Amino acid sequence: MDISFSLDADNTLVVRLGGDWHIEHGLLSAEELEKKIASTPHLEKVAFEGRGLGEWDSSLLTFLIKLKHFCTQRSIILSSEGLPKGVARLLHLASEVPDKEDAHKKVGRAPFLSRVGEATLEAVKSAGEMLAFIGEAFLALLKLLGGKARFRRCDLTLLIQECGAQALPIISLVSVLVGLILAFVGAVQLKLFGAQIYVADLVGIGMAREMGGMMTAIVMAGRTGAAFAAQLGTMEVNEEIDALKTLGISPMEFLVLPRMLALVLMLPLLCLYADLLGILGGGIIGVGMLHLSPAEYLHETVSALNLTQFAGGLIKAGVFGVLVALSGCFRGMQCGRSAAAVGEAATSSVVTAIVSIIVSDALLTVIYDRIGI
Amino acid sequence: MENHANQTTAHIEVRDLTMAYGSFVILHDLSFTVKKADIFIIMGGSGCGKSTLLRGLIGLKEPAKGQVLYDGVSFWDCEPDAKQVIMRRFGVLYQGGALWSAMTLAENVALPLVEYTNLNPAQIKELVSLKLSLVGLAGFEEFYPSEISGGMRKRAGLARAMALDPDILFFDEPSAGLDPISARHLDELILELRDSLGTTVVVVSHELASIFAIGNNSVFLDGETRTMIAVGNPNKLLAESNDHKIRSFLTRGEQ
Repeated sequence: MDISFSLDADNTLVVRLGGDWHIEHGLLSAEELEKKIASTPHLEKVAFEGRGLGEWDSSLLTFLIKLKHFCTQRSIILSSEGLPKGVARLLHLASEVPDKEDAHKKVGRAPFLSRVGEATLEAVKSAGEMLAFIGEAFLALLKLLGGKARFRRCDLTLLIQECGAQALPIISLVSVLVGLILAFVGAVQLKLFGAQIYVADLVGIGMAREMGGMMTAIVMAGRTGAAFAAQLGTMEVNEEIDALKTLGISPMEFLVLPRMLALVLMLPLLCLYADLLGILGGGIIGVGMLHLSPAEYLHETVSALNLTQFAGGLIKAGVFGVLVALSGCFRGMQCGRSAAAVGEAATSSVVTAIVSIIVSDALLTVIYDRIGI
Repeated sequence: MENHANQTTAHIEVRDLTMAYGSFVILHDLSFTVKKADIFIIMGGSGCGKSTLLRGLIGLKEPAKGQVLYDGVSFWDCEPDAKQVIMRRFGVLYQGGALWSAMTLAENVALPLVEYTNLNPAQIKELVSLKLSLVGLAGFEEFYPSEISGGMRKRAGLARAMALDPDILFFDEPSAGLDPISARHLDELILELRDSLGTTVVVVSHELASIFAIGNNSVFLDGETRTMIAVGNPNKLLAESNDHKIRSFLTRGEQ
């Protein structure tokens, strides 16, 4: 990257370019040359002498383009005659189409207040969309009850298998461990009073009323809710949902309804299964660590629990099922048309589902307390 | 505006249509008619709103203003049930085929038949085989969309679009992503459908070879002014139009 320049007669600055110009060697700054141009009075033309040029690439072009802009601003002619033909052609090509001014995107941060405003408007819009979605889902449900909803029964059975039987291994693992943890935490405290037998009550009631349903729902939000969002999102990207709409089939009935049904039917069943395995997990600690006999543990559990407690947990599980399915499907249907949007839809479906599970659990617990369950 | 089209009975009529995203107008003041058994091309440069116009025609995006009439019935002013009746009369081939990925090709083609006819499974199976063999996919009934090539997906998409023998077929960039020979086969198939079944065909395209080969009427959309600047037979437009944008488009920028 050699460069030298000298002032010619008739107010022309001759720039001699030589050597190899490679992008790996960095970009040469045009500052020195610009200073020279700016400080020369009555300069009319900049010409080049490129016989010494070896290999060149975009580094030479960017240098020349910068120079060209600088000269254009000062109404100095930049003659590309002395440049190799390829360079001259590319230089012409690069400066032929002027920058489209409105094509540049506005970047940079908006002021704080306008960001708050935008976020608020976005939140209001999103809440509205969610309500509309819930409304549509409800209408689809009514149609189902009226026997007019259109979806394929085989889709429903497949989904039930996916949300039910195939979730059993992970639910087993999680709920046994949750039962184990509950029992362990309780045992440490209850042992102090010699009341270790009440570990069975603690685990039984804890699993049946709260942990069984909630842990199942959270696992299903991560496992199935995210899958729903990703499936529906990809269908949106591939225009599969458009194809359903133009066929006059409502995606709400055809896609969302079976998914909701499958989860709402399966979640209480999984919850019941999780309750039992949690109690089993508690039993392992009771028998293994607290030296209770299995019969004793079982008897204490049975006497601590009643149907109301199970029913309370199962109702919660049903509600969680609706919430997980709604947030998975809602985020999926809302998905934009890109691969990144599908990822976002899956993530936000899990977030929405978990937040709504915890909030609704808190609400239901208060309601149960009020009505004395 | 140049108008080379003969005005006879309109099958699809677009009246003062404006398409917009929020306050951003994509296309404004479009008016044209598509006659029965026309092969009507929606053409224009990339980003001029061709696909948005198509979405307005097939009921996926409500226009900001104006009407789309099918045999005199305004689509966007209809009740949902009436809309569905109109939608059943047309088939759409999407750019990537848009096959339902969880279903086999046979199930894809069968779904419209299952939903809208009272045929028994055996009859449906027969029809599905017929449609698939029409697009050269006989024997692929049990394949899933992910197991076949992009060109085959497109053809399967066409089989599905034709499942209910629609009066109108819409094609979104039919030759995009196809090799030249498959693209020509598809053109021939489109002509064949029109000639044998009298199907009206609306094609969004910027493939010149295909436009000249099949189109007998067209609308030219201009991205700069965001409206249509010509209507007529593409070959006639090439021969007679003096507008430099149209000439430049139809001659690949040579004139």
